[in-house]
Amino acid sequence: MAEPSSGPAAGAENARETGAAGAENARETGASGAENAPATWVKSERQLQRERSRRIRAVRSSTIATVSTIVFLGVVAAVVTRSPGWPRVRETFFSAEAFARSWPDVVDGFWTNVQIFLIAEPLILIVGLLVALARNLRAPVFFPLRALAVAYTDVFRGVPTLLVILLVGFGVPALNLQGTPTNEITLGVIALTLAYGAYVAEVFRAGIDSVHPSQWAAARSLGLNHGRTMRYVVLPQAWRRVVPPLLNDFVSLQKDTALVSTIGVIESLRQAQIYAASKFNYTPYLVSALLFIALTIPMARFTDYLAARSQRRRGQ
Amino acid sequence: MSLLRIEGLWKTYHDHAVLRGIDLEVAPHEVVCLIGASGSGKSTLLRCVNLLETVDDGTIHLDGVEITDVRADPDDVRRRMGIVFQAFNLFPHMTVLDNITLAPRKVHGVGRAEAEERARELLGRFGLADKAGAYPDRLSGGQQQRVAIIRAMATRPRLMLLDEVTSALDPELVAEVLGVIRELKESGMTMILTTHEMGFCREIADTVCFLDEGVLLERGTPGQIFTDPRESRTREFLKSVLDARRA
Repeated sequence: MAEPSSGPAAGAENARETGAAGAENARETGASGAENAPATWVKSERQLQRERSRRIRAVRSSTIATVSTIVFLGVVAAVVTRSPGWPRVRETFFSAEAFARSWPDVVDGFWTNVQIFLIAEPLILIVGLLVALARNLRAPVFFPLRALAVAYTDVFRGVPTLLVILLVGFGVPALNLQGTPTNEITLGVIALTLAYGAYVAEVFRAGIDSVHPSQWAAARSLGLNHGRTMRYVVLPQAWRRVVPPLLNDFVSLQKDTALVSTIGVIESLRQAQIYAASKFNYTPYLVSALLFIALTIPMARFTDYLAARSQRRRGQ
Repeated sequence: MSLLRIEGLWKTYHDHAVLRGIDLEVAPHEVVCLIGASGSGKSTLLRCVNLLETVDDGTIHLDGVEITDVRADPDDVRRRMGIVFQAFNLFPHMTVLDNITLAPRKVHGVGRAEAEERARELLGRFGLADKAGAYPDRLSGGQQQRVAIIRAMATRPRLMLLDEVTSALDPELVAEVLGVIRELKESGMTMILTTHEMGFCREIADTVCFLDEGVLLERGTPGQIFTDPRESRTREFLKSVLDARRA
């Protein structure tokens, strides 16, 4: 029994000594290494050759990409312009004159889309977050709230956005209740908020669930209650993870603002429709489409950028 | 009076009993070391004391008050002890300073200036003074674990629970964390720790408890357990650990 008695204690002693000595050595080699390093770096012949062949390969790749793109676009253009209905399509969809004449009205309508989008977005964030938090409440007092949150997400994720807009746009004013909004834009914002709030709530919930249980354990063990753990530890981490999917939903929301035209809001799509109906020319639709693209592409790129950035961070 | 008293503690997962009638008393300023094979229930015992697990039977008293009472407020209980995990579990979105001052400020109502002053004092004491503004992912494992220990201490707990705090560390980083625990003992902190570092256990523990398949098989002074274990299972376990160390 003498062996095991001396073994462990001596082992720990040694570990400590080697630990300290190891750190000492590391510092010394670090210092001397810097002094011995060559002052300038002359690239070897092998490296220069490597870089030359990489340059050649890069030029070849971009040439192939350019040529294949030109050929592809040429084929598409040839197929479209040689189709029997092309002259007719060019006249009704690509008329420069109609483009110029409808531009001011369609742009004017587009500001309504932007307005709806800018008001709806913060509202959706608030609704989504509250619903996600309600679903996470565990205390029995909050059962009705939790049940309501579940019912809300189930219903509004299931009903097509267009239907929600029609039901809210025509149903709410029909109630004739005092204080209910009658303005179409307000009703449109409410409908979009209801429809998108359900999606965003699920995104938030997924983000909250993705925070590892050990973070909850660490926070609770410090005496933080459920609410404080959520606020200071879980939500800040969840938020960073949900920003890219949230922005993706907002790109989709920007397009769907056009759906409120169905309840009588004169926005970009409706303006284009009015023009198309009176002049029998569909070019204003193209104007409207271009405006939407101009809004969504930067947003989509920004989303990609954020997603790539969080990917990089996680990779560290 | 004992600081912590565990009586007849049972914990099961599904049909598997992880803890089977554990009895354990810890006196103020005592350092208790739990040893035993993986899966013997050491970590579960610590998680039960911290109320991170609900017990299936038995009682735990802290300062003479039953904390396993269903009416006891778990947040209030946890406020009086600190636990440190194997995987550090620092909050990655907060600086070291914010990690340490979160609980004092938000749970104990200490002002920011006062909380930060104490945090900086602790960081200085454990050689991390220059890391106050750093984020956890910029620290080595040993530094992270030292921060986790400081975070648990910042609320001046009555009792510290240390769960395999060196197991996730590279061998050369173990010593710095053990140094912190040694300091804690010198300051009179009551601790329960689980560890695979037998040499350290022998040095720091007042009492060593050997757990085997959820049963507290043997308890005694380090001298007694390591030189003359009563139970054959304890002897086998110590022999296998020492053999593994030599190999």
